[in-house]
Amino acid sequence: MEMQRNRRYGPVNTDIPADDQLQDSQNPHALLAGRPLLSNRGIPLNLDWVRQARVNTSAVERRAQSHVARRTVKKDWQAAWLLRAISCMDLTTLSGDDTDERVRRLCAKARQPIQHDLVQQLGIIDLKIQVAAVCVYHRFVETARRAVEGSSVRVAAVSTGFPAGLSPLPERVAEIRRSVEAGADEIDVVITRAHVFGGRWQELYDEIAAFKQASAPAHMKVILGTGDLLTLRNVARASLVAMMAGADFIKTSTGKETTNATLPVGFVMTRAIREYAQETGMAVGFKPAGGIRTAKQSLDWLALMKEELGDSWMKADMFRFGASGLLNDIERQLEHHVTGRYSASYRHPIA
Amino acid sequence: MSIAEKFVAMEYGPAPEDPKEALAWLDHHQRRFGHFINGAWMEPSAGEYFDTADPSTGEKLATVAQGSPTDIDAAVKAARAALPEWQALTPHARARYLYSLARHVQKHSRRLAVLETMDNGKPIRESRDIDIPLVARHFYYHAGWAQLLPQEFPGYTACGVVGQIIPWNFPLLMLAWKIAPALATGNTVILKPAEFTPLTALAFAEICHEIGLPPGVVNIVTGDGSTGEALVKHPDVDKIAFTGSTEVGRAIRSATAQSHKKLSLELGGKSPFIIFEDADLDSAVEGLVDGIWFNQGQVCCAGSRLLMQESIADILIAKIRDRMSTLRAGPPLDKATDIGAIVARVQLDRIQRLVDQGMAEGATCWQPQIQMPSRGFYFPPTLLSNVHPTSIVAQQEIFGPVLAAMTFRTPAEAVELANNTKYGLAACVWSENINVALDVSSQLKAGVVWVNCTNLFDASCGFGGYRESGYGREGGKEGVLEYLEPAWFKTAPPLPAAKSLPPESSGGEIESAASEIDRTVKLYIGGKQARPDSGYSLEVRDSNGQLIGEAPLGNRKDIRNAVEAARKAAGWAKSTAHNRAQILYYMAENLSQRREEIANRLGAAVGKAQAAAEVRSSIERIFSYAAWADKFDGAVHNPPFRNIAIAMNEPVGTVGIVCPNETPLLGFISLVMPALAVGNTVIAVPSEPYPLIAGDLYQLFDTSDLPGGAVNIVTGYISQLLKVLAEHEDVDAIWCFRDEASAVAAKSFSTGNLKQVFTNAGRVIDWFDAEQAEGRWFLQRATQVKNIWVPYGE
Repeated sequence: MEMQRNRRYGPVNTDIPADDQLQDSQNPHALLAGRPLLSNRGIPLNLDWVRQARVNTSAVERRAQSHVARRTVKKDWQAAWLLRAISCMDLTTLSGDDTDERVRRLCAKARQPIQHDLVQQLGIIDLKIQVAAVCVYHRFVETARRAVEGSSVRVAAVSTGFPAGLSPLPERVAEIRRSVEAGADEIDVVITRAHVFGGRWQELYDEIAAFKQASAPAHMKVILGTGDLLTLRNVARASLVAMMAGADFIKTSTGKETTNATLPVGFVMTRAIREYAQETGMAVGFKPAGGIRTAKQSLDWLALMKEELGDSWMKADMFRFGASGLLNDIERQLEHHVTGRYSASYRHPIA
Repeated sequence: MSIAEKFVAMEYGPAPEDPKEALAWLDHHQRRFGHFINGAWMEPSAGEYFDTADPSTGEKLATVAQGSPTDIDAAVKAARAALPEWQALTPHARARYLYSLARHVQKHSRRLAVLETMDNGKPIRESRDIDIPLVARHFYYHAGWAQLLPQEFPGYTACGVVGQIIPWNFPLLMLAWKIAPALATGNTVILKPAEFTPLTALAFAEICHEIGLPPGVVNIVTGDGSTGEALVKHPDVDKIAFTGSTEVGRAIRSATAQSHKKLSLELGGKSPFIIFEDADLDSAVEGLVDGIWFNQGQVCCAGSRLLMQESIADILIAKIRDRMSTLRAGPPLDKATDIGAIVARVQLDRIQRLVDQGMAEGATCWQPQIQMPSRGFYFPPTLLSNVHPTSIVAQQEIFGPVLAAMTFRTPAEAVELANNTKYGLAACVWSENINVALDVSSQLKAGVVWVNCTNLFDASCGFGGYRESGYGREGGKEGVLEYLEPAWFKTAPPLPAAKSLPPESSGGEIESAASEIDRTVKLYIGGKQARPDSGYSLEVRDSNGQLIGEAPLGNRKDIRNAVEAARKAAGWAKSTAHNRAQILYYMAENLSQRREEIANRLGAAVGKAQAAAEVRSSIERIFSYAAWADKFDGAVHNPPFRNIAIAMNEPVGTVGIVCPNETPLLGFISLVMPALAVGNTVIAVPSEPYPLIAGDLYQLFDTSDLPGGAVNIVTGYISQLLKVLAEHEDVDAIWCFRDEASAVAAKSFSTGNLKQVFTNAGRVIDWFDAEQAEGRWFLQRATQVKNIWVPYGE
């Protein structure tokens, strides 16, 4: 029973060409409990699996409650983890008053998220810490593309009628294509929440599969709108459908809902990712977004990834924070780590 | 390792809780503690001390006094002396002391948590987030009962001086569970903490001093088993409350049988953890982490027997293994440790021995490849699969981080396997289907059932077991009652010793001429009249020695048959309360119609006046219990979680009832009816001098639609029948209301399966006085509370 797990939901046809498999097995996308995984290519919709998803809300909440008390990192380890949080960050601006100049400022911060003197004092010059990506509306993709030129920072565009996702499907697909053409490395799409409420899993699957087709070669993150879906069972089912339809990442929320990324939602989505990986051998990334503002929260999330999925999901390939205010709090904590004095936010350059 | 290297490794790193304050406290006491008696530290009279050590390092923490019988005597004297003034306080004044204890526990919470973790080896997260907050909660909750005592428990009085013996797995929490209800109800206390973990009790003693608790109200005497034995055997102790192993519980039952000490026992368990195929499996696995890997599995209610529905067994085992691989074993004071140290070498060896034995019996052992500390007493989290009910690891309490996994096919089989144990402390049921979850919960023999959760505790919800997991509850209103007695009962005079009848009739000539009544009375078993196995009869004489008839001479085989019949009649418990009420009313109606005839016969034995009064009162008493049948409800508690905790009054099961001599009819009715009303089945032994009442009673039952086997009657010599009944392992409770010697016998013979014992302690009960002889006092003993925790939320 070590690696040969019993399939719960019948055979899963992953339909991967043999040479691709060979290539991927030499350079696995991620490791889950030592098992190499491929990147996600999606599978046909498996309705039995989707409908059998069960989540006990109270139990998941208790797990989330005890999680933050079970795990902690201190001292140098904490500094290292906070740096890791920065490297997994999608630094985001998604406001109606965004301008090109505002986006350039964000990109400048993304390239240099920590002040030089702090970098020196932490002894991490060689790590070349930059955030993983900047996340903007389509309109600013080209601006951002130019502004991050020569850095490791990627450009992510929210798309598909973000944040409601209710414009006609052809328009949403066309929007993805335009962003990819404009140079976006990553596309954050939103699903039609109504499909979830109505249990129209095939329609949801088809929609996401269409997004996926339009996104290539960019990476697709599928935003479930967990604050709208409300029940954790809905979250689990939507997660499974999104992965079956080929999501590279599943992402909690738009940041515009009344509740956004919560730890219980994180547990449900990461468990879905784990189960999908175990059943299909394919790895899907995770992005909590919205509501993550403190350094302490970022540590809780990283620990959640380590506990539920393992170290592969503590890297930008497989894990992102969607955040705007988080970076400043992390900077203050890092300064405190170096100086032993509590810091103030104005001491750190803004994005 | 530099920060850059740590950035690559992404390990947790150490996160130690600083023990400085706790160590300073130990140093302040020169790391040497006497007993806390009469509000002051006292050197042990024999001058003997022993060491207590940190099990994660083996390092000595402090030296504590070894309590001798002399020390116990001093503590009991102090508690006795303090009692009058403590009881003279107003309820409000006592409530203030309890409130103060709660506050001070909170003020010193971190020191207490660190001390607990150092002494016991449990992870600091658990002592900090679970044990100590529950300790404070327990004192707050019972401060409330202290305040409300006269309104909520009218007519009750404190037991008096209480001896309490607690285990090492939750040292301060078990102290709180014992001391808080005892003080709230006006008792004074001698508490003996476990030998391995005395430190937090001593810290608590200091808190008692800090808050100005009157000297002698709480006394702490440290020591080993011999100290506990001295406390149990001390003649001036009114109640013993014990939490610990079933073996020791049994010894305490024996040791206290000769006395009037009230007794509550919270003992071992082998609790089932049932996972249905429609459960949230990932959450159920977390439930196991909170169950069997909580406190290294050293938890009496640990879900140590995993019962998995066959269809999900493989996938579940895989999930459990994955989860076990992320558990972190390490220094207990590290804030990110999941698995701490086992309390002592002897316990570590016991776990290993049982696991070895389980493997020898065919179990497959799996342990994750996680890093284990190189020193200290550690045992890795362990999963035993291919376990069958016959295996020792499925039967015996291991008290370690060892899970024994089995499968089941249907809900009915899950219940059967779950109940296939001598214990009955707790159970877990995981299913997303509320019908399955509640149906199974209602059938489990366990004092606590957690639905889709594990190891939730609160002071408002009673905790305690069925079967050999002990009796009495801690927490809730039922827990408060353990420290109270009806005031009238405390001062009731002793009955004269019963004249012992000839041990065995020779079956010789009967003076038939003296008998005017030609009547055949038989035993009543399974709803049928039955001849006694012995083939002998017992002569029944009136007060003048005139022979008035013969009763069958029942023997052990008749008792055996009666118990089997009672067990088969379990459907009585499942019938609706309304249905039981109707049958009881009908009995009263039928008794009323036959009142004169029955009174006439009874009059020959007890006199006409008493006979008429007995019949009259019996009709009324049956009416009372018919009334109670659908009104002795449970409760819904409000623990501080989003859930409902349903406290159900369940029948104890099969109850053996030995009836008083003095009121053959009314005594029988007063004891059998409350048992029957709440759904028990009964084996009754009627009044020894006038067993002929059986004939009238079974006619009454037959004509009142009482299902066969719900009540069984065996007549004969009490001295013989009581022993067989009290020893019978399929009898759940023994009630005995005769002289002192009978009460002692009932208690002594009950130890085999630790059945619940309810006696009059050989005291006089006025069966005609409803205040004494009727109502909740009896119904409470006829039931046991099962708390079913059902969290909700979507």
